[in-house]
Amino acid sequence: MSKLLERIAAGETLISDGATGTYLQANGLEAGGCPEEFNLLHPEVVQQMARDYFDAGSDMVETNSFGGSRYMLKKYDYGDRVEEFNRLGAEHARAAAPEGRFVLGSIGPTGEFLEPNGTATEDVMHEVFVEQVRGLAAGGADAVCIETMIDFDETALAIRAVKETTELPVIATMTFDKGPRGYFTMMGLTPQAAAEKLTEAGADVVGSNCGVGIEQMIEIITAMRNATDKPILTHVNAGIPRIEKGVVVYPHTPDHMAEQMIRMVEAGANIVGGCCGTSPKHVRAFVQAIRG
Amino acid sequence: MAELDDIENKFVRQEIEEYVENAGERQHMIDLFAGKRPAMQDVAAGVIDGRHHDVDSMTRAALDEGTSAIEVMDDGLIAGMAIVGIKFRENFIFVPEVLACARAMKAGMAHIEPILSASGIEPTGRVIMGTVKGDLHDIGKNLCIMMLRGAGFEVVDLGVDTSPDDFIDAFEEHEAPLVGMSALLTTTMPNMGKTIEAFIDADLRDDVKFMVGGAPVTPDFADDMGADGYGANAVECVELAKRLSAAGETADT
Repeated sequence: MSKLLERIAAGETLISDGATGTYLQANGLEAGGCPEEFNLLHPEVVQQMARDYFDAGSDMVETNSFGGSRYMLKKYDYGDRVEEFNRLGAEHARAAAPEGRFVLGSIGPTGEFLEPNGTATEDVMHEVFVEQVRGLAAGGADAVCIETMIDFDETALAIRAVKETTELPVIATMTFDKGPRGYFTMMGLTPQAAAEKLTEAGADVVGSNCGVGIEQMIEIITAMRNATDKPILTHVNAGIPRIEKGVVVYPHTPDHMAEQMIRMVEAGANIVGGCCGTSPKHVRAFVQAIRG
Repeated sequence: MAELDDIENKFVRQEIEEYVENAGERQHMIDLFAGKRPAMQDVAAGVIDGRHHDVDSMTRAALDEGTSAIEVMDDGLIAGMAIVGIKFRENFIFVPEVLACARAMKAGMAHIEPILSASGIEPTGRVIMGTVKGDLHDIGKNLCIMMLRGAGFEVVDLGVDTSPDDFIDAFEEHEAPLVGMSALLTTTMPNMGKTIEAFIDADLRDDVKFMVGGAPVTPDFADDMGADGYGANAVECVELAKRLSAAGETADT
């Protein structure tokens, strides 16, 4: 068993990192720019980000490769550099990782719909994930984190790509919205159903990230906990962003989130971290609240 | 006042019974279908059920038999999409089902549109839609476009990464009184406000209504930037477009 899974099995609660996009935007990423391009052009920023999160107490840091699929990179004319961008992303996080800490290779949605909802075929989408996984594995990722997913079928293809290509553990987290009849992914899956299906599809860790504030996320994780025996990871937004005087502001403070994270762990989360709007400060507060 | 039993198509009756819970809305749906030709109700049922082959053949057959294109569109396709919109809003169906319904709608519209344009009939309204500058995400915008077309709007799709100038050029070329802007990223949201400012600078702001949406966009943010309306999802987008189009017409007269 991988060291990461062993520590969870031994009953530890692990702390993940905070936002990548928010950090990069604060360090020179233009609105609408290609985040993964930083792996090539600004390696010092990407490595410093990982170092900041590890220094804050993260047991694991995600690679800067969320949009690193061929489908996404080709929008920036980098469609032929998928393996390189993902490998570099993993190498940068690895270079900053102290002994015993983990690097999670991040894979976000492709932005395409599978047939018949869209034009992507299963074969091509699978191949796209394989290509990204290869780069992440080559760069030294300890696990792959498939995240912000809204379509189960796409997620299952990504899980399969990891399983077929590497021995790495797979984390798969989906994003839910609160609607008039409860929490659903955009494609209509409840947290319970998602936890069951991700488990069946072979994910080693399941969970949820993004989309809602932390109080709602506790409800989501509670529902997922009742539906699977697998470890659960959550990366939570610092609330729903609002604009104040032209600047994007995330409402959850580090202290507020840290207090709620204790409830999150009680609800059954085994790995907790931040998503959009969270920073090393948030992670520091999580570590303090959970580890004392 | 028409009642549920006045609708001949059993499937449509059941759909309203099961999914349209609000009393006023239910009466509105009953009025949409009651007393309409059974063949039109069948077309609507095909749209609601997402059967695009059936809608294709039923639409063609209805037109061949002499039913007017407007009647097939209003009493069949658009009436069907009205139920779809409510089911989507209330979480009874989700994006995959809505896409299937939209495909069915599109199969019908393929027969209707040439007839309408040949006879010079005006659409429900004309809308320009685009994801704002710097933002490459279009799933939400495309859903809105499908639902708008389903409601009879003519839509000019500017795609993703649309600059303020692109919006202005399209506005001048197509003379559409309504512009919809979408953004997924918090970093590109401010470009919605910049687009509105560009219309102000070009002295065009009074000629156009702006509607905005996208995951991080909120009603407050829409107000702050000076948009005319905010839609939380594709159904609200259509309702908003209808309201803003109507408001625009009133202002003209």
